[in-house]
Amino acid sequence: MSGGPKIVLSGVTKRFGERVILDGVDLSIEPGESLAIIGQSGSGKSVTLKCILGLIRPDAGSILVDGESVVGLHGKDQERVRAKFGMLFQGSALFDSLPVWRNVTFGLTQGRSRDTAQMKKVAEENLERVGLDGKILNLRPNELSGGMQKRVALARAIAPRPEIIFFDEPTTGLDPIRADVINNLIVSLVEDLGVTALTITHDMASARKIAHRVAMLYQGRIIWEGSRDRLYDSDNPYVDQFVRGDADGPIR
Amino acid sequence: MTVQAIGVAGIAFLASVGRVLIALLAGVGRVARFGFQTIVRGLSPPYYPGRLLEQLLHIGWFSLPVVGLTAIFTGAALAQQIYTAGSRFSAQSTVPAVVVIGIVRELGPVLVGLMVAGRVSSSMAAELGTMRVTEQMDAMTTLRTDPYRYLLAPRLFAAVIALPLLVLVANAIGIMGGYLLAVHKLGFNAANYLTMTRKFISADDFEMALAKAAVFGFFIALMGCYHGYRTEGGAAGVGRATTDAVVSAFILILSSNLIITVIAFG
Ligand SMILES: Nc1ncnc2c1ncn2[C@@H]1O[C@H](COP(=O)(O)OP(=O)(O)O)[C@@H](O)[C@H]1O
Ligand SMILES: [Mg+2]
Repeated sequence: MSGGPKIVLSGVTKRFGERVILDGVDLSIEPGESLAIIGQSGSGKSVTLKCILGLIRPDAGSILVDGESVVGLHGKDQERVRAKFGMLFQGSALFDSLPVWRNVTFGLTQGRSRDTAQMKKVAEENLERVGLDGKILNLRPNELSGGMQKRVALARAIAPRPEIIFFDEPTTGLDPIRADVINNLIVSLVEDLGVTALTITHDMASARKIAHRVAMLYQGRIIWEGSRDRLYDSDNPYVDQFVRGDADGPIR
Repeated sequence: MTVQAIGVAGIAFLASVGRVLIALLAGVGRVARFGFQTIVRGLSPPYYPGRLLEQLLHIGWFSLPVVGLTAIFTGAALAQQIYTAGSRFSAQSTVPAVVVIGIVRELGPVLVGLMVAGRVSSSMAAELGTMRVTEQMDAMTTLRTDPYRYLLAPRLFAAVIALPLLVLVANAIGIMGGYLLAVHKLGFNAANYLTMTRKFISADDFEMALAKAAVFGFFIALMGCYHGYRTEGGAAGVGRATTDAVVSAFILILSSNLIITVIAFG
């Protein structure tokens, strides 16, 4: 392990067909830091996370995790790097053929059925951390509300105790109280367990609570980065418009 | 039309034929690569015997009713047709022979292949396609489980195992369908019919039927997995994948059947 940044992106470019989605993203995250990415829907925030996770291969640019280049890794090396990450997907992405407890422990069992009693206990502990109780262990994901699904997905992401966790819109679709439970959880993962967190959010209250630093993605690049306290006086007209939610401004 | 215009139209036509051909070859290459990957990864650990069993149940056991019904109706209809056609030149006695040969060599494997393709290729493509568009595939990958090993290989292997067993059952039931109709409606003597049937059952034919079935099973699962795994574009994409899976499985089954039949019996 190096003493440098946890994750470094330089010049990451990705196009789908003719459409350039990422046009040279530069971003760096320190160990134990919590960074929030803001930006319009469709600006490529989720694609950025998927590039880091190796789910999408960038067309150009480099991505370093703990100083190691991760673009195009295969087999055992890729496994080893992936073990560092947990990911909460935007749409939860729970396995709908499996009960809740097998979903939550999937990262530990890799889908095999073993130690049922032990795994149910692990599932229950992780569900508790996201504010859910053991009554739902045997339910299927489609029997849960959207907000509960999101929290089960969160429990699944944190269950293997990853060093780095990506949260793709963790509070979208939750009521303000539930959202704050999630905010507190992210804060405690970072403060107490030293997790490095990267969160995509449209929720400014959440960004200010959970992130040390905020970056804005616009037209395929990071156009602004700053500490969370500067979010509302960024001196950047794009950020200003975005955080105030104005229809008028440089972003159309 | 001037000669020049005809020339231009001709070149445009050739170009479009060429494009289709190249697309087809590229498609064949992609499918071959996909199938190869699935087999190679499925044969290396970690293995998922539980998934394999689940798929065997889904493909084999739950296809039994539809396979059985198809076989018994077809066997009986075949007996009736041969009887009617044969009576014109007093060849009614060929009914047991034609039923056995027709069912075992062609109708058993092909009908089972098509019925199971309708049931299984579509449901595989829909299920895998939904997992793709709802990011369950990505989630599985980030949880360090290979979808090729966990989702695809068990489906492919289960179909290759299940189809021969289903064809075995279908052949038996199809022959029985012909027997029942011949004996109860066409007035055949039961003992004679069975004797004739036994005379025309050949181990070689059964082996060929099972080989066909294994090939069909491979194509059924390959098309379901391939189209499902590559789905993009939300619910509409899942619909397209499902249709493509069934249609391509049908075409592969019918064309490979012809090739095997011509090579083996031609
Ligand atoms: N696999 C893909 N194939 C084609 N286009 C994609 C793919 N993934 C994302 N896109 C497109 O890239 C753009 C950015 O997507 P995304 O990163 O999900 O946006 P967001 O910033 O809202 O998370 C969108 O226009 C989306 O349609
Ligand atoms: Mg997104």
